[in-house]
Amino acid sequence: MGIIHTSRIKSPWIMHFDNSSCNGCDIEVLACLTPLYDIERFGIVNMGNPKHADVLVVTGAVNRRTARVLKNLYDQIPDPKMVVAVGTCACSGGVFHNCYNILGGVDKVIPVDVYVPGCAARPEAIIDGVVLALQKLAKLQGVAI
Amino acid sequence: MNQWLLAIIAVVVAPFIGGILAGIDRKISARLQGRWGPPIVQPFYDFFKLLGKSKIAVSRVQLVWLYGYLFFMITSLVLLVLQQDILLLVFMLGFAGICFVLAGFSCKSPYSHFGANRELLQMLSYEPVLLLMALAIYAQNGSFMISEIFKNNTPLIVPLWPIFIALIYVLTIKLRKSPFDISTSHHAHQELVKGIMTEFSGPYYALVLLTEWYEIVLLLGLVSLFWANPLWVGIIIALAAFVLEMFIDNIAARMTAGWMVKVSWAVGLILGVLNLAYLYLKKGVL
Repeated sequence: MGIIHTSRIKSPWIMHFDNSSCNGCDIEVLACLTPLYDIERFGIVNMGNPKHADVLVVTGAVNRRTARVLKNLYDQIPDPKMVVAVGTCACSGGVFHNCYNILGGVDKVIPVDVYVPGCAARPEAIIDGVVLALQKLAKLQGVAI
Repeated sequence: MNQWLLAIIAVVVAPFIGGILAGIDRKISARLQGRWGPPIVQPFYDFFKLLGKSKIAVSRVQLVWLYGYLFFMITSLVLLVLQQDILLLVFMLGFAGICFVLAGFSCKSPYSHFGANRELLQMLSYEPVLLLMALAIYAQNGSFMISEIFKNNTPLIVPLWPIFIALIYVLTIKLRKSPFDISTSHHAHQELVKGIMTEFSGPYYALVLLTEWYEIVLLLGLVSLFWANPLWVGIIIALAAFVLEMFIDNIAARMTAGWMVKVSWAVGLILGVLNLAYLYLKKGVL
């Protein structure tokens, strides 16, 4: 099973979900795809389909409307899966944490593996977050990264 | 016995060639976009990762059609390698495509249905051209057998150059390259979530990737038939056509399904029918 474990580290396909973000973090996530950062050189591909994704990248605080959608998307991703919360809002609710419609961070709804703080999180930090998630997966599987 | 060995070698080696070609595709596309791009072996990482994902099947029928897609694609590749009937090869390729469409229709997702409808439109665009190619080869050689092509010293591309241009169009549609990637899309594009691929997940998506690798090898093999004697010239022509497809992919915008049918019929059918009519008049068959 060695080659499958190695391949999991080499080919993480991310899916990006926007809860109720101000689009600051979303633009930074998309910036990772540009020639300047080019995450595809690590095999990372932005998928629009949860059934093909491995890493769920979530931006924005969870509100009462998006909580159900987020749970649904998480359930549709086949195992093994990782969740990266990008931005302060996704980590803890950020400046919106006391709003009447906000539940809080992403971890109120689904288990989160890596928190990437920042407002907005920089592309370098997001890439680092995904790499940390992969290292965590590698450690779980006992594979050297 | 020798033929068995040849068939087994083809079935085993083709996915490796197809995977490497897919990797080169991604690398060159990235370079054309000013990026570094993934390693050449990236498609194999994707494949093995998908094999290790948990299985989520939305319907049992889907699996039957997906295995059918793989089986008939391998069948047509074996027909090509063993130099059998090209008409039968075209029908097998068509049946493989139908299996894929039925796999898309076999679950209730609207995205999958949209993708399957568009895949049908794609088949409507390229199948007549492939059929005309088989007929033109018959008109030229007097036989549908691929082995006859290898016996002929004049390369097929000389009398059949209009069909060759039409075949390049078919190649663009079959490889899902940009003006015609209607039913689904490749990496980092999104087409109605993922079009016909939406409901194929985990190992079943790996199965689709594997079939696509076979398909690349099969189509490039068909292109190389146009200069079968010596074959290495044909292989160089096929690889050049493959690189040309990447350039087309990166300079073209994506168009609608109706436009695709119009253009591929306007170019493919007119070139094909004219070529066929010329061959029949010259040979005096009619």
